[in-house]
Amino acid sequence: MLITLAKHKRKTAEQVLQHPSGDKRFKILDTHMKRHQFKADALIEILHRAQELFGYLDNDLLLYIAYSLKLPASRVYGVATFYHFFTLKPKGAHTCVVCLGTACYVKGADKLIAAIQDVARIKPGETTPDNQVSLLTARCIGACGIAPAAVYDGTVTPRQTPESAAEKVKGWLSHGPERAAAN
Amino acid sequence: MDLNELLQIKEKELAAQKPHTLRCCMAAGCMSSNSQAVKDGLEKAVADAGLSNQVEVRGVGCMKLCCQGPLVQADPAGALYERVTPPDAASIVGTLLGGATHVGKGDPHDPFFTKQLSIVLANSGVVDPERIESYLAADGYTGLHEVLHEMTPKDVVEGLVKSGLRGRGGAGFPTGLKWGTVAKSPGEKKYVICNADEGDPGAFMDRSVLESDPHSVLEGMAIAAYAVGADQGFIYVRAEYPLAISRLQTAIRQAKQMGLLGSAIFESPFNFNIDIRIGAGAFVCGEETALMASVEGKRGTPRPRPPFPAESGLWGCPTLINNVETFANVPAIIRRGADWFASIGTEKSKGTKVFALAGKIKNTGLIEVPMGTRLRDIVEQMGGGAPDGGRIKAVQTGGPSGGCIPADALDTPVDYESLTKLGSIMGSGGMIVMDQTTNMVEIARFFMEFCMDESCGKCIPCRAGTVQMHHLLTKIIERKATLRDLAKLEELCDMVKHTSLCGLGQTAPNPTVSTLRFFRHEYLELLQPDTHGPHGNGAVTQPPVPA
Repeated sequence: MLITLAKHKRKTAEQVLQHPSGDKRFKILDTHMKRHQFKADALIEILHRAQELFGYLDNDLLLYIAYSLKLPASRVYGVATFYHFFTLKPKGAHTCVVCLGTACYVKGADKLIAAIQDVARIKPGETTPDNQVSLLTARCIGACGIAPAAVYDGTVTPRQTPESAAEKVKGWLSHGPERAAAN
Repeated sequence: MDLNELLQIKEKELAAQKPHTLRCCMAAGCMSSNSQAVKDGLEKAVADAGLSNQVEVRGVGCMKLCCQGPLVQADPAGALYERVTPPDAASIVGTLLGGATHVGKGDPHDPFFTKQLSIVLANSGVVDPERIESYLAADGYTGLHEVLHEMTPKDVVEGLVKSGLRGRGGAGFPTGLKWGTVAKSPGEKKYVICNADEGDPGAFMDRSVLESDPHSVLEGMAIAAYAVGADQGFIYVRAEYPLAISRLQTAIRQAKQMGLLGSAIFESPFNFNIDIRIGAGAFVCGEETALMASVEGKRGTPRPRPPFPAESGLWGCPTLINNVETFANVPAIIRRGADWFASIGTEKSKGTKVFALAGKIKNTGLIEVPMGTRLRDIVEQMGGGAPDGGRIKAVQTGGPSGGCIPADALDTPVDYESLTKLGSIMGSGGMIVMDQTTNMVEIARFFMEFCMDESCGKCIPCRAGTVQMHHLLTKIIERKATLRDLAKLEELCDMVKHTSLCGLGQTAPNPTVSTLRFFRHEYLELLQPDTHGPHGNGAVTQPPVPA
């Protein structure tokens, strides 16, 4: 299989195949792929696990998965970029997901976003330059009974106001400017 | 496992029941309001009061009134405690000894509860979703036993046809007919898929069913598999529902251990396995052909139908796809009979429908009502109307594929046909109430933005059309549009509706079309006078008004 690849690609492929380079996360990923018998239809499950382990999916990791599952790299890249859940860029230390479902929207989720944007100076989908906070939006987290809802570092928090959201994000940012001042 | 063992487990579970039960809601809504700590607090308070032999603290699924969570209900007294905090636990346990409590009490006789008729949600808030014994005590899996030992697959399909059950995912296709088609399709290998990719913003019924009563869905799928001759099932769940995924995993494991899933179920030759497939945040995967592509590990893009999944679905095999709520109806239909089910609802829409009531309304939460209930009864009596003295302006059903029903049409009964007539759809069951502060043009743009983002890009009308319609709606909101733009918007709506490949594109214009129909004045107020008419003579052009 390797012989058919272009020379420069072969080099990448060899590096990738040798990946169990001490990083234990690759071993965990291998076990997971083995459980799915390296079947191509488990690709989405495996990408989920990979993102859980590494936080995001970089090209190297996608190539590794492609070779393990005997899939073209284009197919793996295509799937990873099609679904919103997968991210190809690293996230900040903290994540704030604001639900933009209809119920939350009707109850003012757009104002939450505006408040957070003011504080963190980032748009939805971006991360602060100091890698502290990522602001994301969700299409509906199914918590419509307690709208507007936001998810701070994986914890669903009910009935948010622009003030409470801004305060939460400010708390995460607080060591940022201090560090800047110390420098 | 045979019937005797099943009944023994049931009796053992019932015999072990303590005189008092404190049911604590452990569904995602209440969990986010700290109900785990409330449950731990209640357990500790019971132990401290030395009542461990008298009182059971049970974590249950959704207790429906989500806005007042965390909820705790005491049995057999029936008192419903709202917005319970962990320190309240001791005083709630104290009431069992005759004490008083300051914790706010809800009224279980409020129309919100009394007007409900529970079939799908019958176990929700009653059984412990993490213990299969709890489901067995509520007659769980007896329907599957009956089907395997006393009915032929043909009987099951005929029963379903007779019950009049229609798909609860939105389109309302007769379930019995679908099962019959898959059963008749030739093929060695067949599949059953449960569509739990509840992507409509504002809908959370499927999440609640999976979190509160996962076994009823598994049992429904097993009955369907027997009826159509499948031996492998998949449940496609959104990644946004981690709790539902973990409860399903627990439920499947327990059912396998007890021999209720796997090989030789109930000592019959019937084998059935269920695997979970986790979605990755693509709304289009709710469309059945896109969902199947995603189960196969590919990009979730739809393909033209026919062939329908019933003939050629997953890996080219005949495949049955039903929604969570559809499957959850099945065990009850088998247990209580098709005639009983057919006696509920209207002539063409049988049974009940679960709605997620949310938005600008006093009581938000889950409701299950017989088909044919008037919308007014739902939003005004059960929902308690708009909060803070507001006035209900419209009710949105069907999410981005549905439409807005104006307040003066609230006397419409809820069934598939009536809602379609109003330009909306039943949809999966999200019901968002809007009051006078909601701008309908912005709502139309909100949904168009949603469809624009979620369009998979395969067909041009949807990919390019949604972008252009969003652009026109933005232009209207920014007060830069003229009547000509409005005419262009209506033309585009019509084109996208009739030429898109899948349901997403075909229904994407619905919110815009329905708001244009009922709230046209809001659009007109935002328009600029068209001083540069088609011939530059300053004449104002009138757009064609649809009938």
